[in-house]
Amino acid sequence: MAGATARTLFDKVWDAHAILTREDGQSLLLIDRHFFHEGSHHAFNQLKARGAAVAQPSQNIGVADHYVPTRGRGGAIADASIGHMVRQLSENAARHGIRLFGLDNPDQGIVHVVGPEQGLTLPGLTIVCGDSHTSTHGAFGTIAFGIGASEVAHVLMTQTLWQRRPGRMRVTVEGRPGPGIGAKDIALSIIARIGADGAQGHAVEYAGSAIRGLSIEGRMTLCNLSIESGARCGMVAPDGMTLDYLRGRPFAPQGTAFDRAAEAWLALPGDPSATFDREVAMDAAEIAPIVTWGVSPEDALPITATLPDPERITDPARAAQVRDGLDYMGLRPGQRLTEIAVDRVFIGSCTNSRIEDLRAAAAVLAGRRARIPGLVSPGSTPVKRQAEEEGLDRIFREAGLEWVEAGCSMCVGMNGDLLAPGERCASTTNRNFRGRQGKGSRTHLMSPAMAAAAAVTGHLADVRPLLAGRA
Amino acid sequence: MQPFGILAAAACPLPLANLDTDQLIPARFMSRPRSAGYGDFLLHDLRRGADGALRPDFPLNRPERAGAAILVARRNFGSGSSREAAAYALLDGGIRCVLAPSFGDIFASNAVNNGLLPARLAEEQVETLLAWLEEGGREVTVDLLACSVAAGSHRWGFAIDPVWRTKLLNGWSDVDLTLSHAAEIEAFMAADRSARPWAWLDGAAGD
Repeated sequence: MAGATARTLFDKVWDAHAILTREDGQSLLLIDRHFFHEGSHHAFNQLKARGAAVAQPSQNIGVADHYVPTRGRGGAIADASIGHMVRQLSENAARHGIRLFGLDNPDQGIVHVVGPEQGLTLPGLTIVCGDSHTSTHGAFGTIAFGIGASEVAHVLMTQTLWQRRPGRMRVTVEGRPGPGIGAKDIALSIIARIGADGAQGHAVEYAGSAIRGLSIEGRMTLCNLSIESGARCGMVAPDGMTLDYLRGRPFAPQGTAFDRAAEAWLALPGDPSATFDREVAMDAAEIAPIVTWGVSPEDALPITATLPDPERITDPARAAQVRDGLDYMGLRPGQRLTEIAVDRVFIGSCTNSRIEDLRAAAAVLAGRRARIPGLVSPGSTPVKRQAEEEGLDRIFREAGLEWVEAGCSMCVGMNGDLLAPGERCASTTNRNFRGRQGKGSRTHLMSPAMAAAAAVTGHLADVRPLLAGRA
Repeated sequence: MQPFGILAAAACPLPLANLDTDQLIPARFMSRPRSAGYGDFLLHDLRRGADGALRPDFPLNRPERAGAAILVARRNFGSGSSREAAAYALLDGGIRCVLAPSFGDIFASNAVNNGLLPARLAEEQVETLLAWLEEGGREVTVDLLACSVAAGSHRWGFAIDPVWRTKLLNGWSDVDLTLSHAAEIEAFMAADRSARPWAWLDGAAGD
């Protein structure tokens, strides 16, 4: 292999986990952390069918998030099938002696919020979960990706996974983003540029001054959306900010053990002469607040734009996609994005539910009233407590939005937090697929600040004027 | 897992790009055990109108596509959620092979783990095949030994990871293979525990 001595961040983490590599290119990787949620029942049933045990129970962590109710906690779950899903998770964790952040745990939350918050996510690890947004954990310089139920069963039984080494791709964003522009705007701009399959078969490393300038939470939002460009995983090299975030977290090493680990972590960034199979470069100064208009995350445009006209698109497949998207979303070619009236707002999900996301939304909502109903679901119970200490819950409530408990909630609607058919939602989530937030629902993806702007105006809106004169 | 060899069957055109796994099976059906059967959930909300009745104009519902075991779709098929239930719905709905220019990584892996072939054809070939089906073409032959597709007078080679091809041809699952490496795994883990103690949650970290 050319340049075998100069390695990227991805190479270093991969090489440290390859137990063996076959001639056909498949490597058996050690998996450091496996997170699982209520959807793991298919995998646990596979174990049961084989009469198999969990190989390394302590390296597996259960988290209740996909089906948990966001209201009326503490009592019995009203919906029997949802109650069954949450109970089944607890039973499977207990049967195999696995640590669980269950519904009643004071640290419960969305798996991709809980892992980093608890210091379970550390640089240089391999992390998998039966959830495609596992890419979130790459913000710490981990190889983290979503897997299916058969692979979940494989990890439970062996603590390993067979993988082919993906291609290496670097997305470099240089410069300073303008005011009101966040990690979500950068991420959606990348997806709009390269496409929903633009990074397929590749491990993406995000680099450049605009990325280094993002907070750890911003890096999580960015890496979270890697899967929406089809990437195997997304990564940011660990640095001083990463260490500052992790120091003192419950499951991170403590004291001198932390210092020893930190030394290893700071050796993870790629060698300067390491090369990538693909390079994409973007200028942060050109990134505007961005929203999606169609039914794929690649259908994203700056808020100042107008909707595309399929009649003017020469590629018939692309024209068909635009026509279908506009039709499903109930929109007209040439319409201004800011003319689109919204029925509801949702602030939450593994993409944008951390404390900085809630602060960004609250900065827009403070002293203002929402014109439409909405739901704010913090990413974890600790995030909820912190937001309440900071008085953010009061700002949301006074604006007329509902402040609820932590979970995946209206991102995927499995717990019953759903839009009605035809309803249009300004959402801080990750997927604008048809029916994602409920049968017939229409989703526009955007940052928390932009969702707050939609709430106070009642339509898709540029948040920048609303931030004028505010900190 | 059922081995995959040569499949000669009715094919159904689905001229959609980015057909995500939320479309293949909406989230609300995924709490059921696999043994209950997932075929009725396949493409549920695209196949059915608001009243729940099958839409006669949807390709998979048309009489000439009855018994289809092959789907032909545009780029990025199976993107999105990692739900393996998407593969269950396809298989339980009678589909053994999807032909498309590209696939979501996680979906493709899930498909192979369940004996469903995700075969990659070039974009122009897919467009030709879609047109051929729309013009009345019906049966397509997919040969995994030769990695070829035949439809009427058309013959193309398709692409698939060679490791996946071997797995599909033999109907292998990975677990037994992995367990045959138990000694190497154990030795690797023992060395790793001293090299990276922080990575192991049963050790000193977290106390």
